Amino acid sequence: MDFVSRLLAREVLAGARLLRWIDDGLPEARETLKRLYPHAGRAMILGITGNPGSGKSTLTDQLIRRFRARGKTVAVVAVDPSSPFSGGAILGDRIRMQDHALDEGVFIRSFATRGHLGGLTNTTTDVVHALDAMGWEVVLIETVGVGQDEVEVQRLAHTTLVLMTPGMGDEIQAIKAGILEIADVFVVNKADREGADRTVRELEHMLDLGRGVRPTLAELMHHGGKVALAAAEEERVAPEAWVPRIVKTVAFRGEGIDGLMEAIDAHRAEYLRASQEPDFQRARLRQEFLEIYRRTLIARGWSYLMSEDHLGRIVDKMRTRVRDPYSLADEAVADLGARPPAPG
Amino acid sequence: MAEQRKLRILVAKPGLDGHDRGAKVVARSLRDAGMEVIYTGLHQTPEMIVSTAIQEDVDAVGLSIMSGAHNVLMPAVVEGLRAKGAGEIAVFGGGIIPDDDVAPLKAKGVREIFTPGTSTEHIVTWVQENIRPR
Ligand SMILES: Nc1nc2c(ncn2[C@@H]2O[C@H](COP(=O)(O)OP(=O)(O)O)[C@@H](O)[C@H]2O)c(=O)[nH]1
Ligand SMILES: [Mg+2]
Repeated sequence: MDFVSRLLAREVLAGARLLRWIDDGLPEARETLKRLYPHAGRAMILGITGNPGSGKSTLTDQLIRRFRARGKTVAVVAVDPSSPFSGGAILGDRIRMQDHALDEGVFIRSFATRGHLGGLTNTTTDVVHALDAMGWEVVLIETVGVGQDEVEVQRLAHTTLVLMTPGMGDEIQAIKAGILEIADVFVVNKADREGADRTVRELEHMLDLGRGVRPTLAELMHHGGKVALAAAEEERVAPEAWVPRIVKTVAFRGEGIDGLMEAIDAHRAEYLRASQEPDFQRARLRQEFLEIYRRTLIARGWSYLMSEDHLGRIVDKMRTRVRDPYSLADEAVADLGARPPAPG
Repeated sequence: MAEQRKLRILVAKPGLDGHDRGAKVVARSLRDAGMEVIYTGLHQTPEMIVSTAIQEDVDAVGLSIMSGAHNVLMPAVVEGLRAKGAGEIAVFGGGIIPDDDVAPLKAKGVREIFTPGTSTEHIVTWVQENIRPR
């Protein structure tokens, strides 16, 4: 059977291999992704973020259980940080999910950030597309969870859960700094601890104060040119009518998960309703394209410079200041554009 | 896409013994040598280890066994990987393993055995020299 057919048959060996090619940036990955694209778009994509230790992996384990009980197949993408010193990583999220190791309806894959900031890896979008195309019905994404700039997951996921834990004043600070914007559902986990109700009240208060004043794309675009492109990539595309919910859980005892599933279902319904609107669809697709386009430009730009000693020759021309780097950059881009895309 | 290959190693503790200090030390040393180490905690069955190794697309599996059950558990992982079409994933191991058991384990497909007293540097070097990204 050819590789893509094996993927579409949800063959684990093939799927695991493809994710490696994607993670390692091998040319085979991109060719396969092109062929898989028509098959994607069916999965429900759920993002889970929150500080390290807040219970993301434990909660993910609970969510796997619930979706399996509904008969859904579940893939998990779990991201942990790479060490900035060695480039290595210890990926331990799976420890809390090993009850599912032998369930053929569950696929769990750990990734290291490899220097990428923002809570995911550079290729998590591709990973999720691939799993979606392979027919995994629910894709759960557990982010690194290092703080306030983890907004990427919201762009990729249909529904984003933000975990909080009781008794941490600084977390409420983090809410001010943008987490508020990305949460569709706030999960106050470790509700067995003192202060959970207080955290809920503080969240309610924050929501009353500061939700819903997001610039529209038209407003963002107003800033012109390059900024507009970046802005469009970062635009928050989410159902306008949705008011974030707050749910209390005790993940390691499986408490409160019914309530959480209810909130997830309610958001799902709202998301699917919004997805019917052409503007919403276009915004999502625009965002998807811009992210891939940006990565493509960077990758092609670099591989051009690194091939045939282009970079070396450009630098040689600059040495006597006869040629300026601006013209040389223009010429490099023009030359690059005239070439057929390298495989990958 | 910029090519960036990393070694991925699963460090696993099969069987019933409850000591994972050694496994964690090895995991950290491999991490410090720039590898991505998947760690799954205690009490893993060979079936769980095989399934995890495949899903994680690792290049090698390191088994730490203190319980004396290495003669059963290590070959079980090797066999399990082969049966699932993932025989190219290398299996190595360490723990409390008598010298006499080493040759029979290697004959059953375990690539290397580190007996008590082996330094972690030695293990890291062996991995670097013998395991390649698949
Ligand atoms: N007290 C309490 N501890 C929890 C709860 N949920 C998870 N934990 C514990 O919190 C620790 C971190 O959990 P983990 O899921 O690894 O967090 P992550 O880093 O966000 O993925 C573990 O020791 C869990 O057992 C909870 O509801 N209450
Ligand atoms: Mg975790």
